[in-house]
Amino acid sequence: MEPSEQKAVRGVGHSVRRVEDDRFIVGRGNYLDDVKLPRMLHMAIVRSPLAHATIESIDISEAMALEGVVAVVTGKDLEAHKLAWMPTLSGDTQAVLATDKVRFQGQEVAAVIAESPYVAADAAELVEIEYEPLDIFVDPYKALENTETIIRSDKEGQADNVAYEWEAGDKAKTDQLFAEADHVVKLHTHYPRSHPAPLETCGCVADVNGATGKATIYLTSQAPHAHRTLFALVAGLPEQNIRVISPDVGGGFGNKVPIYPGYVVATAASLLLDAPVKWVESRSENLMSTGFARDYHMDGELALTSDGTITAMRCHITSDHGAFFADAQPTKFRAGLVHICTGSYDMQAAHITAKGAYTNKAPGGVAYRCSFRVTEASYIIERLVQNAAYELGMSPVEIRRKNFIKKEQFPYTSCTGFIYDSGDYDASLDKALEMLGYDEIMAERDAARAEGRLMGVGIATFTEVVGAGNSKEYDIAGLKMFDSAELRVHPTGKAILKLGVQTQGQGHETTFAQIVANELGIPPEDIAVGHGDTDNTPYGLGTYASRSTPTGGAATAVIARKLRDKAKKIAAHLLEASEGDLEWDSNKFVVKGTDKSVSIQDCAFAAYTNPPDGEEPGLEGVHYYDPPNMTYPFGAYAVVVEVDPETGEWEVKRMVAVDDCGVRINPMVVDGQIHGGLTEGYAMASMQYIHYDDDGNCVGGNFIDYLIPTAVETPKFELGETVTPSPHHPIGAKGVGESATVGSPAAYVNAVLDALQPLGVKNLEMPVTSGRVWEAIQAAKAAAE
Amino acid sequence: MSRVSLEVNGASVDVEVQPNTLLVQLLREKLDLTGTHVGCDTSQCGACVVHVNGQSVKSCSVLAVELEGAKVTTIEGLAQGGELHPMQQAFHEEHGLQCGYCTPGVVMSTVDLLKRNESPTEGEVREWLEGNICRCTGYHNIVKAVLSCADKMKAGDASAAE
Ligand code: FES
Ligand code: FES
Repeated sequence: MEPSEQKAVRGVGHSVRRVEDDRFIVGRGNYLDDVKLPRMLHMAIVRSPLAHATIESIDISEAMALEGVVAVVTGKDLEAHKLAWMPTLSGDTQAVLATDKVRFQGQEVAAVIAESPYVAADAAELVEIEYEPLDIFVDPYKALENTETIIRSDKEGQADNVAYEWEAGDKAKTDQLFAEADHVVKLHTHYPRSHPAPLETCGCVADVNGATGKATIYLTSQAPHAHRTLFALVAGLPEQNIRVISPDVGGGFGNKVPIYPGYVVATAASLLLDAPVKWVESRSENLMSTGFARDYHMDGELALTSDGTITAMRCHITSDHGAFFADAQPTKFRAGLVHICTGSYDMQAAHITAKGAYTNKAPGGVAYRCSFRVTEASYIIERLVQNAAYELGMSPVEIRRKNFIKKEQFPYTSCTGFIYDSGDYDASLDKALEMLGYDEIMAERDAARAEGRLMGVGIATFTEVVGAGNSKEYDIAGLKMFDSAELRVHPTGKAILKLGVQTQGQGHETTFAQIVANELGIPPEDIAVGHGDTDNTPYGLGTYASRSTPTGGAATAVIARKLRDKAKKIAAHLLEASEGDLEWDSNKFVVKGTDKSVSIQDCAFAAYTNPPDGEEPGLEGVHYYDPPNMTYPFGAYAVVVEVDPETGEWEVKRMVAVDDCGVRINPMVVDGQIHGGLTEGYAMASMQYIHYDDDGNCVGGNFIDYLIPTAVETPKFELGETVTPSPHHPIGAKGVGESATVGSPAAYVNAVLDALQPLGVKNLEMPVTSGRVWEAIQAAKAAAE
Repeated sequence: MSRVSLEVNGASVDVEVQPNTLLVQLLREKLDLTGTHVGCDTSQCGACVVHVNGQSVKSCSVLAVELEGAKVTTIEGLAQGGELHPMQQAFHEEHGLQCGYCTPGVVMSTVDLLKRNESPTEGEVREWLEGNICRCTGYHNIVKAVLSCADKMKAGDASAAE
């Protein structure tokens, strides 16, 4: 037996084509709805048509009478098993099936289990529910003022509609700086309610085996291990008997982080009926009931000196959580990491306050392609800075440069307590302006203005905080935010890497293999990457908040290095040299000053066939990585738009995005992540909106009403990069999956506002629809007359 | 129930279907061809696009009973004799897919585009893709893949003609 031949290593920095494509491009992926088990039953959920109403009665007799119906489950049935309520990931509770009253349109009230999905859906229509309507609150400000109608009457001691209150920063110092300021810039704006809407909706197949007690739960999950633990805690199932399998996931973007009532009901039904139960959301169920995002009403203020130096920031947030506070926030941070809102700027103090409201809307507040509310934070500061520039008569470039945290200041401790690991904000802005041809573009804009055309240039220079934890500060539902990697190198030099994180399109099967290749010299095509099966992977908190590379990627690098250290002992034994005389050269150990070497494959073979005396045989190990800090990706985005004054339509002429995510593992994959994020940023800025009318009806519950960009509207992107490695990450990488969603909305909106600047338009709310632009133009014209 | 006979990916199929069974349900549930996906309930996302008699259609908006005698090709039937279709190859090369959920529909749709227009402009590719939603890629690399496939197919035709 001979170990494998030598091949190119292609580690970090190579645009290796993705191995996951092999199955996806021929239609051989295995997504949740593709899972089909013997004797499988199907579940449909009966939902409330009303936004707020007591449940007077539920009659299931007609539904039960339909041929093919196996069971109808109501909240009362679940109550008997103490499953009518479940905890949310933000320490609140959420109704699994409503028992007392419904609190939003689309809320889960009953579930039908039947032999086919069609029978289940038909029977769901036959469940008769009588409701008694209650007062409806869709406006968080009104909900917060009100103490008569308590939406969360289920919570003991809840005498109002306040979900939480939270603050960060130094109030006294901030107040003082505002009192001393030469100039104060204010902005009230709404980051509207949106929905991540991955193309695959959420669902599960729960298979509880009555003979063995083993519960195998196939789940569209971004965090299978955390979900397993929560299932154990909620359902009281022994954790060793629960296996969560997250198959191929058709996009997540935060939508697949929470646990939804449908998962719990399907699991309970499978347990009681001793048969697998499948539940797959329809698109409208997805948009109306699971994991919305944003809905932050923000009052931001900047204090400045007359020369444009920002001294302090204040921001108050009124956040609308719907009926249940179902964000997934680290316990300490009720409003997520929104206190990163001082952004890329060096200021002396900030004070951030947040008050969460319960309303009669769908629950959530998930971080949609975003690390815990960093998107909202980035939006408010980048809008404020642009307004400050206008009000002080400075250029948006000049004011940014003046206030940037300078390269020499890193690591930089922000006034709200973050320790920025590394950055070079001037370099990234320079690069963006150079790519744009800023001076020429500004001249073009001014010439267009002279002709009466509305052309605008918008800039955003964002800083993110991603990659939770460290575990001292960050947790989800008490579970500490570390992550893990297990690496097994086989005798023939091929390897299996198992991860605690879970891909939903990010390409981990390719990129994490490249990390191993980089550290251990085994080519990526010789490494199989496994994830998403809790029986077969080490524990981890999952993939969201751009944390996979910062945590799981770091764990992968560290375990590969540990195995390399062991391989070195084996190499010394094989080469009859001392370890000190050996040098690592990308995929082999060389005896210094000679041409004698052994490859990593030779070492792997020897680990099983000829281990050194006293050395443990084999070449495998697991590492749990608890990052010392978060990573702080940043970038500079510049957008050029032209607005049609007659219709209010606006078109993106240029979109230049310079990202710095530290060391890039696979540049092709990084660019792909940025393209996707820029598109979702554009979507937020221009069209995506989950709106509710005064009666609590969701407007946006399907792809007709909830607009998402197609290839036609989506701009073309020009990407650039700077590379400022993270000093604490083993390979210098930062997260990147969300940078563009975080950074770009402000750039688009700033560009449209810049175009309307000659008319005196000061604010536009997202989504900046042509209708809103047209109204703003008319209002500005009327005001000028 | 009614019977319908058709050809799917070159094999004859003779099945009982309900009058309201959709083509996508026939493919996924009866024939286990799960490469064709469902992403919406309003015929907007295009995850379900297949070819019927050589033309791309949204299989969520076609009744199975209408397909007597039809030739249906799904993503599983696109590669021939173990060789990927140039469009599949181009999506792989240009990183035109991420989660892969939209991919079968987008690939089937754009294969049809190139049959109708062998050298589309970028704008024409974008217009054609209006009925296909992708939430991951921002379309950037999808468009690149289609244009590069068109170039390669033309070059292939040219060299074949020589
Ligand atoms: S499933 Fe969305 S268009 Fe067919
Ligand atoms: S690749 Fe995920 S929807 Fe297109």
